[in-house]
Amino acid sequence: MKLSFGKWVLPVYSALALLILMIPIGYTFVYSFNDSLKSNIVWRGFTFDKWLNVCNVQNGAVCEAFGNSIFIAVVATVVATTLGTMIAIAIVRYRFKFRSQLSLFLFLPMATPEVVLGAGLAAQFLSVGVPKDMLTIILAHTMFCISFVVVAVKARVAGLDPALEEAGRDLYGSALQVFLRITFPLLLPGILAAALLSFALSFDDFIITNFNSGAVTTFPKYIWISAARGIPAEANVLASAVFILALVVVVSVQVSGTARAKRLAKMN
Amino acid sequence: MAFAAFSTSTAPVAADTARKSSPVALLLLLPGILYLVLFFLTPLVSLLLTSFKAPAEFGDIGQFDYAFRWENYVEVITTYWPHIIRSFGYALTATFFALIISYPLAYFIGVKARRWPLLQSLALVLVVAPFFISFLLRTLAWKQIFSDESFLVTSLKAVSLLAPDAHVTGTAFSVIFGLTYNFIPFMTLPLYTTLERLDVRYLEAGSDLYASPFEVFRKVTIPLSMPGIVAGTLLTFIPAAGDYINASREFLGGTGTQMIGNVIEANFLVLQNFPSGAALSIILMSAILVLVSIYVKKSGTEELL
Repeated sequence: MKLSFGKWVLPVYSALALLILMIPIGYTFVYSFNDSLKSNIVWRGFTFDKWLNVCNVQNGAVCEAFGNSIFIAVVATVVATTLGTMIAIAIVRYRFKFRSQLSLFLFLPMATPEVVLGAGLAAQFLSVGVPKDMLTIILAHTMFCISFVVVAVKARVAGLDPALEEAGRDLYGSALQVFLRITFPLLLPGILAAALLSFALSFDDFIITNFNSGAVTTFPKYIWISAARGIPAEANVLASAVFILALVVVVSVQVSGTARAKRLAKMN
Repeated sequence: MAFAAFSTSTAPVAADTARKSSPVALLLLLPGILYLVLFFLTPLVSLLLTSFKAPAEFGDIGQFDYAFRWENYVEVITTYWPHIIRSFGYALTATFFALIISYPLAYFIGVKARRWPLLQSLALVLVVAPFFISFLLRTLAWKQIFSDESFLVTSLKAVSLLAPDAHVTGTAFSVIFGLTYNFIPFMTLPLYTTLERLDVRYLEAGSDLYASPFEVFRKVTIPLSMPGIVAGTLLTFIPAAGDYINASREFLGGTGTQMIGNVIEANFLVLQNFPSGAALSIILMSAILVLVSIYVKKSGTEELL
């Protein structure tokens, strides 16, 4: 009997591939319940203890690093999303010289290896004499997030029907009113997606951070430093908690998007 | 949705009619562009200048003066050429495997699963799920799974599929495995976005004209999904070539698997030999720019950029 490729082989292969993709996630999650001592390599029994006392280990070093990462990601996201959205609106909506060159320029940070971005900033901070701390990390993260925001928001601006804004102006809305009541709400899903992406990129960045952090420890940097002497299970707890939260956000965005599409389909 | 950033958006530009020139455009552009000039462009210039610096006379370790010491480049190439070649070798191999593994998966999600939107969304969420857990922790998880005492390695040794004294971690295999694993989502997402838009009637037309399923795949499906293939391979190759997490000794690498990223990191953060690190960064970036522009030209997808 001939094995049907599309019917059996492809779905089974895909299920297997997705399963393998999930292995490290499952591993990290399971080991967050390990009753481990200093390092978290050998399974020593099940406990909820690490989840309940996340910050107790090493005088709260894990939680401090985690807090730093959250703070950096929030600031970098707000700045990058604002600057990136402004650029996206300008590129789609206005005509100006060097428009295509500008698009190429905005693409470059995404096409540059992170290690080069990190080393470049480190070289610059060194030659200007800026000490590396929280600020230099935020400056670095904002830089690499801007291009991603532009790409994500640009698609949304391009899909916006200009007739809606014209209608607003015809009804004597001021430029500000048209922007606040029509343009911005219509762009909001795109802006939120861009902000989520920025947050995720900043929160998990290690390569660039490592070059520009000085003595400040972020969550990924904490894991990097601890890798030699053993990572406490508390790090697994925090990573798993972030994973669950992110999953909830993505699933709810997906569900609300599908519901919205259905509603729109009904209206038409 | 966050996935949108990975799609090569060629949405019909309805706004084209509304485009006008205005000073507002400048106001919108200026802050962001200025930011990128200050923190993206000038650092690259700074990197170039640093790469020619010479050790300061009577200076401590880590003190350098501006100079035009081009010998820095000769020195790093003669010392680190194995690392440079290894980086591109590993990155190319990982990109190849990521493409081979991701294509059928993306085809299933984008074409076969169209009839079941819920399954499609679920599969997509699973593809991006690794992004939500720390890159370093998921790489370390593989290290534990491949460690000498692990269940996997001891069982492979028990059935003689592995020599009793063999190691998995610290080898080229584990580094390439880690790179492939970590960048599979970057490959799958752009492939999915092009395959999702693939008009299956083209495939039917192919088989109506007596093409075998393989011929249809080679002559219709592959050319139509070229934008996704190019975007995916670039999104995998560029970060993989510069990565220094997978190849690091504390993670999946060993002494014989160090990549160019590891050398740059060591020169900047441990040895304080900034000119060498900068010269290697410039070499890495130029090599990638040359390779990418040849690749994009050859595959005829310039409009993607």
